[in-house]
Amino acid sequence: MLSGIRLFALGAISALALATAAPVRAATPADTLVQAWAIDDMISIDPAEVYEISASEILGNSYQRLVGYDVNDVSKLHGEIAQSWTISPDGKTISFTIKPGLKFASGNPITAEDAVFSFVRAVKLDKSPAFILDQFGLTKDNVDKMVVQTGPMTLDFHMDKAYSPSFVLYCLTSTVGMIVDKKLVMSHEANGDMGYGWLKTHYAGSGPFAIKEWKPNDSVVMERNANWDGPAPKIKRVIYRHVPEPATQRLLLQKGDIDIARNLGADDLKALKTDADIKLESGVKGTIYYMGLNQKNPNLAKPEVRQAMKYLVDYATIADTIMGGLVKVHQTFEPSGMLGTLEKNPFSLDVAKAKELLAKAGLPDGFKVTMDTRNSPDITGMAQAIQQTMAQAGIQIELIPGDGKQTLTKYRARNHDIYIGVWGPDYQDPNSNAQGFVSNPDNGDNASTKTLAWRNAWDIPDLTKETDAALLEADPAKRAAMYEDLQQKALDTSPFVIMFQQVEAFGIRKNVDGVIIGPSFNDNGFYAVSKH
Amino acid sequence: MTAVEETEGRNGALPPWVGRLGRLLVTLVITLVGLLFVTFLIGRVVPIDPVLAAVGDRASESTYHKVYLELGLDKPLWEQFLIYVNNVLHGNLGESVLTNRPVLDDIADTFPATLELSTFAILIGTCVGVPLGVWAAVRQGRLVDQIVRVLGLVGYSAPIFWLGLTGLLVFYARLGWVAGPGRIDIAYQYDVERITGMMLVDTLLQGQWDAFWNALSHILLPGTLLGYYSLAYISRMTRSFMLAELGQEYIITARVKGVRESRIIWRHALRNAAVPLVTVIALSYGNLLQGAVLTETVFAWPGLGMYLTNSLGSADMNAVLGATLVIGAVFVALNLLSDVLYTVLDPRVRRRG
Repeated sequence: MLSGIRLFALGAISALALATAAPVRAATPADTLVQAWAIDDMISIDPAEVYEISASEILGNSYQRLVGYDVNDVSKLHGEIAQSWTISPDGKTISFTIKPGLKFASGNPITAEDAVFSFVRAVKLDKSPAFILDQFGLTKDNVDKMVVQTGPMTLDFHMDKAYSPSFVLYCLTSTVGMIVDKKLVMSHEANGDMGYGWLKTHYAGSGPFAIKEWKPNDSVVMERNANWDGPAPKIKRVIYRHVPEPATQRLLLQKGDIDIARNLGADDLKALKTDADIKLESGVKGTIYYMGLNQKNPNLAKPEVRQAMKYLVDYATIADTIMGGLVKVHQTFEPSGMLGTLEKNPFSLDVAKAKELLAKAGLPDGFKVTMDTRNSPDITGMAQAIQQTMAQAGIQIELIPGDGKQTLTKYRARNHDIYIGVWGPDYQDPNSNAQGFVSNPDNGDNASTKTLAWRNAWDIPDLTKETDAALLEADPAKRAAMYEDLQQKALDTSPFVIMFQQVEAFGIRKNVDGVIIGPSFNDNGFYAVSKH
Repeated sequence: MTAVEETEGRNGALPPWVGRLGRLLVTLVITLVGLLFVTFLIGRVVPIDPVLAAVGDRASESTYHKVYLELGLDKPLWEQFLIYVNNVLHGNLGESVLTNRPVLDDIADTFPATLELSTFAILIGTCVGVPLGVWAAVRQGRLVDQIVRVLGLVGYSAPIFWLGLTGLLVFYARLGWVAGPGRIDIAYQYDVERITGMMLVDTLLQGQWDAFWNALSHILLPGTLLGYYSLAYISRMTRSFMLAELGQEYIITARVKGVRESRIIWRHALRNAAVPLVTVIALSYGNLLQGAVLTETVFAWPGLGMYLTNSLGSADMNAVLGATLVIGAVFVALNLLSDVLYTVLDPRVRRRG
């Protein structure tokens, strides 16, 4: 009677045995570096459009810029494609000379024409990162006159004001300043789109690796570019696999199916510390975690309350326990690794001091307030810890959980009381975060510029002026001092409780060496990687 | 359904299949338009700024405004809906703001992955679940019945996320019996040409046996897990349908006539229990085809579920509506399929038609 079932069971077992006998390869090929990373944020691999973390890193490994900086000391700028540059006496023009004899991966020579084309194209296409170039007075209409070729290997970059040269050069190190192969791109032009439709999913650069393939939400493959002018990479191929789940990444890493895991969580890192086959490497990234206190709330608008709240966060415990070392305590608005960062963390949990300040503000028993909390584990954990310590001084925080985009929508409309924000600089220059945190040209509800200071209704005409002035200071040392001053003032008065700076951690197989973890995502480099 | 069936049979002016087809089309249109409308409404009511999803947090006010107009958000809600429906009727599901590609392309990329996984799972669920259910019904109250019950309970109530990770830990990391997350090893990935988008089918069509075994080794764990999940439901339902049939008088008659027990169970009882069972299996399959978000996430399986969830989280309405439409169409198609199977399995329906 049960012969049918028996037969079926037998079939199932033999099918299983057959499948498990099939080849299951564990180790990755010796000439290939395989990484697991959540790359679902990628929408394009066109330097004129890329603004996402994963794509920035991939472009950083496959394109070159006019200038670059030393990832260990960002104050040291050097030419990449540019051999040299000079600044005009009025400070409004930078003239670049291109290194002779360079070639794109396609074999086309790199000339000033390509550099001019890249900038003009980025401004005219006007995608998300175009504003980085627009800051210098470039517009769609005038860019042809502002960025001009003056010889086969020379070009002039004109600006509307005498901006600090360090500011301009740092901006040109971002992905939007990457040089594309004009001849190749224009051969794929359709309907006057300057190759936009094609370059979105194809490659036309000159970096250490050439992008061979990108399958959205699946994988990216880069191969060694023989035409790169640097020392040839030892590995032939770099593959990124989209693996969204950290625990899955950890398993793949331990099993040897990948060489590097990129999205490990705090518990994964803890577990991997004792694994003899894995090493952990990390680097600080520009991203900052902060609390924004809306000045439309009368309690939060009191200066003593703002300062009291800075004493009511248990910074060290959150960084070590909740975040498991994926952040470090950092309290100024410029992240470490930037020109002019004030390395100072004056605040720590001090309930008595906070109570004193609250009493001065006329709120000895504290008050009630809400906090919008993104429902991701890190922000939720942080919020709960803050809720506890704030309660010790009588500040009752009601947490309002929400999806990331939902809480952000509310924050952008200034409808929050307290919001835990995450903010990274747009380019490797102190102006980016200064513009966000200490500049607010118009505090009205319909302002045309809505900075972070605006979102928290912090009206600061003086600091705004000082931020603008720092942009025009030619002397890098004086400029750095101006940013230090702004950071000190923010520590003393701002409605921003700046808490942490992000640490990016890589789980790497022991046999992999030479991974470079830089301050910005396009600085993470794999050209020096070797496997043994 | 049966009531309509009868009135058509009597009316007789047109051949019955015309009525069936017409009714089907009406159902299809009403279902899909209703689905679109509700999804559209929910998408617009959620407190997420859709422009934010498109341009990100850092865009300038002018870019923000430009995209706001491009997305047609300045128009009244009903007009936005009409524009969308009109586009859909012209075969244009719009562009996803998240991937910046036509939604149709995105779905064509993700759906085959889900289809492959779901089909694998439903085959396991049916081929194992039905015999188990029959077995449990025959041995009602005995040890076998209890075992099947516990098995079903575990499959139905254990979080699939946890089962997935544990499965990976045991069968992939410890024992090394199956391949890890993903659809195929990197060594093969670039040799397999895309034909249907389903790895098992594509590798077979190209005669790449190594790659086929590798893909099978990859799908085995997630497919079996999802299969187990649907097996739990299918075996419970089979058991109760079978119990209902086994208590019928025709079974007693058959027994009295001396028909062999195995023939009674497999030919008489199961044949009748199969009719409602078809709906159960079709619905399970439909649920699987929506994309099992958690399974897809754990196993890095780039399917429809993950796509839909990502889009929802970013208020990427074109993508959400497009994916919902596909899922709706799949459900309607499965309903149709189970209708057809009804007529095959149930002679009463067949004769009336």
